[in-house]
Amino acid sequence: MNDLTNQSLKEIVENVRLKKISSLDLTQAYIKNIEGAKKLNTFVTTTFDQALQKAKQFDQRPNYDQILPGIPLAVKDLFCTENVKTTAGSNILNNFVPSYESTVTKNLWDSGAFLLGKLNCDEFAMGSSNETSFFGNVINPVADQLVPGGSSGGSSSALAANLTPATIGTDTGGSIRQPASFTGTVGLKPTYGLCSRWGIVAFASSLDQAGPMTKTVTDCAIMLEAMSGFDEKDSTSINKKKEFYSKNLKDNIKGLKIGIPKEYRVDNMPKEIDELWEKGKKILKDLGAELIDISLPHTKYALPTYYIVAPAEASSNLARYDGVRYGYRSQKSKDLIDMYENTRSEGFGDEVKRRILIGTYVLSSGYYDAYYLKAQKVRQLIKKDFDNNFKKVDSILTPSTPSSAFKIGEKTNDPVSMYLNDIFTVPVNLAGLPALSLPAGVDKQGYPLGLQLIGKPLDEQKILNIGYAFEKNCGFKNKIKKWWS
Amino acid sequence: MSLDKEKIKHVAKLARISLDEAKVNSLTKDLNSIFKFIEQLNELNTDKVEPLTSILNESLRYRKDQIKDGKIRDKILKNSPQQNEEFFVVPKVVE
Repeated sequence: MNDLTNQSLKEIVENVRLKKISSLDLTQAYIKNIEGAKKLNTFVTTTFDQALQKAKQFDQRPNYDQILPGIPLAVKDLFCTENVKTTAGSNILNNFVPSYESTVTKNLWDSGAFLLGKLNCDEFAMGSSNETSFFGNVINPVADQLVPGGSSGGSSSALAANLTPATIGTDTGGSIRQPASFTGTVGLKPTYGLCSRWGIVAFASSLDQAGPMTKTVTDCAIMLEAMSGFDEKDSTSINKKKEFYSKNLKDNIKGLKIGIPKEYRVDNMPKEIDELWEKGKKILKDLGAELIDISLPHTKYALPTYYIVAPAEASSNLARYDGVRYGYRSQKSKDLIDMYENTRSEGFGDEVKRRILIGTYVLSSGYYDAYYLKAQKVRQLIKKDFDNNFKKVDSILTPSTPSSAFKIGEKTNDPVSMYLNDIFTVPVNLAGLPALSLPAGVDKQGYPLGLQLIGKPLDEQKILNIGYAFEKNCGFKNKIKKWWS
Repeated sequence: MSLDKEKIKHVAKLARISLDEAKVNSLTKDLNSIFKFIEQLNELNTDKVEPLTSILNESLRYRKDQIKDGKIRDKILKNSPQQNEEFFVVPKVVE
C-alpha cells in the first residue's frame, strides 16, 4: 500500500467502500506524508489526534453510503473550523479559535470526511504566490524555490504533494484556478452563490467563492457535490435543487459550442501558452465540439476594475479587526485610537495594508464616483460581454494564467506585475461565473500549465463534462518527484 | 492623479493603521503605480451604464426576524484579547 496517497479521491473512496483500506490506514498514510513534507510549509495547523480518532470511529461504525466515507481532508486556513485555530494566514488572527464551523466545511464533515489540518494561504487570501502569509512562503512540489500560486497555495501544494486526497480553496480573483494551474491540478471556482460563504474569513464579499481543488475532474465533481448547497445563513446563497455532478458526468461533448475570445491573447504572452491553447482547441474540436471566435471587448479593464472593487470591499470587511473582540491586540498603546492603529499596523502585513489603503481611498469622500462607481459601471460592461456571448456559446476556453509558476521573490517588488497574474481569471469573478482550470501541459522547464473553461451561471455540470472529456484525451500526467523529504 | 505622502497619511488615518515614515514612502510609490494602472478605466465612457450592484439575478430574500441562538456570551468572549467577566475591555476612553 505504498502508493495509497498517489490515488485519486475517487479511487480512494472506492477502496474504502470495498474495505481494501481502512480510514485509519489512509489517515496514517497522509500523516506520514505530511510529517515528511515540512519543507513545503503547507500546513499552518495539523489536527492529527482528532483525525486519527475520527478515522477509528469511522472504521468501527462505517457508513459507506456517504460521498466521502472516512476521508481525511486538509482545508485552506480561511475556513472557520470549530475549536481549531483559523488564521487566514495573518498575524492578526494568529490566536483565533472559532466557536463555529463554516457551512462548506460542515457539509464536508456531514458527507463523511474529517479534518487533517489547516493549509497555509496568502494573508486574507490577498496574493497570487503565497508569499504574503504571516506563516511564510509555501513551496511548489514541482520544484524547489518555486511558488505554488496563490492565494490557495497551501492547498495546491499539499494536493500535488499527496498530503491530502483533495482540498478546498477560495477564489476571489483566481485564487483556486491559478494555484491549480501552477501545480498541475484541477481547480473549480463555482458560480457566485453556489457554495455558502458563511464562516469563511471575508475578503471581497461580492467576489469570494469557495471551490474544490483536486487531482481529477471526477474528484472535482465529487467534492463540489459534497460542499455546495443552499444555506440560509448566507444571504447570497442560491436556493436550488442539489445536483449530482459526479453521477451525471458525461464525456460526450459533440456539438457543444466553445467560444475562443480573441482578447485573451495578450502582449508578451509566452509562446508556450499560445501553443497550449491551440492544443486545447484541437482536443475539443476532435471530440466534436464547435469552436467559435468571440470577442469580450472589456477584458483588459477587468483587472483595473478588480483592483477597485476588491480592495474597497476588503477595507470594509477588514474594519472588524480592531483588537477588541478577537485576534491580536497591540500592547503598547496609550489610548483607544492608538490601540486600534497599532493593532492594525502590527497585525496586518504589507499587501493587506496596501489593499486596505486602496479601498479606503476609493471609497473616501470626493473619490467614490471617480473610482468605485466607475468600477461598478465597468463591471456591468464586463458582465454584459459574457451575457452576450453566452447566447451563442456553451463554454469559453482560455489559458488559466499568462505564465507558469515563477520563483519566490521574482515579483514581490512590483505589485502590478504580481496582479497581472490574474488577468485571465479575474473577469470570471467580476461576472459571477463558474470556471474550471485543467492541467493541460508543461512549459520548457517542465512546469505545469493550465487551461480554463468558463461556463454560464450554474452550468457547472457542462464545464465539468467538457473538462472530463478533455482530461481523457489530453494525456497530462503530473510528473512530480518527491525531492522534499 | 498622483497620491502624495500627506494623502497617504490621511487615508491611513481613516483606515486606522499607523505608519512610520519608511512605510509611508514605500506605500506612496506602490499606490501610485497601482493607481496609474487603475486609471486605464478613464478611457471608457460609462455615462449611460448602470452600475452593477449585485451579481445575482434574484434579489436578496427576506427572513423572519427570529432569535435562533443566544446564551453564547462565553463563546463570544472566549477570543477576546482582554476580558473582564462579561465585558470586552478596552483602554480607558473617559476620564
